[in-house]
Amino acid sequence: MQLETLREIGIIARRSVRRTLRQPALIVPTIVFPLLLLAINASGLDVTKNIPNFPADSYLDFALVVTFMQGGLFAATTAGTELATDIETGFLNRLQLTPLRAPAILVGQLAGSMTVAFLASLVYLAVGLLAGAHVAAGFGGALVLIGLAMLVALAFGGIGSIIGARTGSAEAVQGMFPLLFVFFFLSSMNLPRNLIEVHWFRTVASWNPISYLVEGLRSLVITGWDGTALWRCLVTAVAISILSFMGASAALRTRMART
Amino acid sequence: MVQQLATSTISMLTYPAMSHDGITVDGLVREFGSRPPIRAVDGIQLQVQPGEIYGFLGPNGAGKSTTVHVLTTLLPPTAGRATVAGFDVSTQGPDVRRRIGAALQEAALDNFLTGREHFELQGGLHGLSKPDRAARARELLERVGLTDAADRKVGGYSGGMKRRLDLALALVHRPSILFLDEPTTGLDPQSRSALWGEVARLAKDDGVTVFLTTQYLEEADVLADRVGIIDHGHIVAEGTPQALKEQIGRSSVEAIPANPDDRGAIEAVLSRFGEPAAASPKGVAVRLAGGSESLGQVVRALDGEGLAVAHLQLHAPSLDDVFLAKTGRSLEGDEEDAREEAAA
Repeated sequence: MQLETLREIGIIARRSVRRTLRQPALIVPTIVFPLLLLAINASGLDVTKNIPNFPADSYLDFALVVTFMQGGLFAATTAGTELATDIETGFLNRLQLTPLRAPAILVGQLAGSMTVAFLASLVYLAVGLLAGAHVAAGFGGALVLIGLAMLVALAFGGIGSIIGARTGSAEAVQGMFPLLFVFFFLSSMNLPRNLIEVHWFRTVASWNPISYLVEGLRSLVITGWDGTALWRCLVTAVAISILSFMGASAALRTRMART
Repeated sequence: MVQQLATSTISMLTYPAMSHDGITVDGLVREFGSRPPIRAVDGIQLQVQPGEIYGFLGPNGAGKSTTVHVLTTLLPPTAGRATVAGFDVSTQGPDVRRRIGAALQEAALDNFLTGREHFELQGGLHGLSKPDRAARARELLERVGLTDAADRKVGGYSGGMKRRLDLALALVHRPSILFLDEPTTGLDPQSRSALWGEVARLAKDDGVTVFLTTQYLEEADVLADRVGIIDHGHIVAEGTPQALKEQIGRSSVEAIPANPDDRGAIEAVLSRFGEPAAASPKGVAVRLAGGSESLGQVVRALDGEGLAVAHLQLHAPSLDDVFLAKTGRSLEGDEEDAREEAAA
């Protein structure tokens, strides 16, 4: 990557982070909503740990990483909404009138949502540990957990950017949020795949890339260092990131019709 | 005759070479959609000299903003050719962008950033060094009177402050050509006047070429060295405001009788000085064959007949008269609509 492009990314990233940190309405729900769901699930579904072959000692340990996934989803919405807002307000035209390159806009814009994802990950982990969760992979595992969570946020952020660039409408991006949430429920988010007894559900969960992201993150909390789960998670997150970034770049190039 | 004069004004312009430090547009077309395509700009031709303020006047939807988007490289043209600062807008976009500044119709600012942070962003993207960015921000913020508000978030700025910041940001990289797309729409008279002063200063002192779109007649009249009037994607007249108004012809005089019963007599007196012209419901008007100089004779004639008038007004030809003559419609209705929309 050219030095000039890196410099441009830095400038856009600084703006994105500033904007994001100055909008508590973007940060607070990202942190509060997943923790609220965690509290409800961990208390209401704790008996699930009694199912034979359930892989964790407590449902809190099992469900903790779901917060990271949901945080990633919020990051996707933030990324898409911010890009769409720039299109709606004409700010993208301001950027287009400078020598700025399209990929720098995309990468730089994701910095804000990555910041939210990072802050949220720290809070999720802290609250989880305070509530009695244990990270089986230890301190190093916790760091990897945060790193992978950021990668997941990047992957989802790319998807949000595609929608934002294609529609140019913040409302449309927010409207996609429930649809993406469906993919979460059709994964191994709430139950390990081997314990899902409904055949079609287990098949869908096995094909759903979300399952591999969840399982990779979860392995650090409930298993320790599970190479297979981590490798699958990493490959899935990188693949989604690359594909979504390519899609978002194409959509933004179409949007930026400058000569 | 008016049509012929305008046509001759346009045809007097020659477009021999496309390499030009100002703006040269030849047969520019921009269409939108495909079934059927809507032609927003329909073969326009114009030339703006370096250091000139060119007013692009027309009603809403006439094609002004589309033309600006094409000339600023934000939209590729469908056909025709345009050069800005000597570079082709279709094939040399990055070269054009380096030399132009633009404040587009919507003052697209980030409400969560401060005025100074906008300079940091814009200056950085134009490749200015950090010290240069800071110095340029100080200089331009002071010039547009925003020094005190520089570290406040833009979300708290008034409409006038946002417009001034937008203008200042367009100048951050010292462009030689400035595009202003309806820069004063929605501004109060004081802010509008301040912005006019700054634009005039830029052209006069800094030699910046200004391409200004507006739907305000007064703005074009006050600011522009030359005016192009666009309607339905076509340039219907072009020239200096004075020349355009002279094409329309003579001044008219309108009298409102003090006694409505004198209307016929006043009409008879006025008819000696020219042919009838449009007047208010209570008034009588004629276009003065002898020009505005004959106003004194009109007054003396009315006085000589012992006719009292409640109101006597001389109307000099305006750019709206030019627009009316060219299109059969008045721009002032659109102007009022725009002001009402802005007020709302």
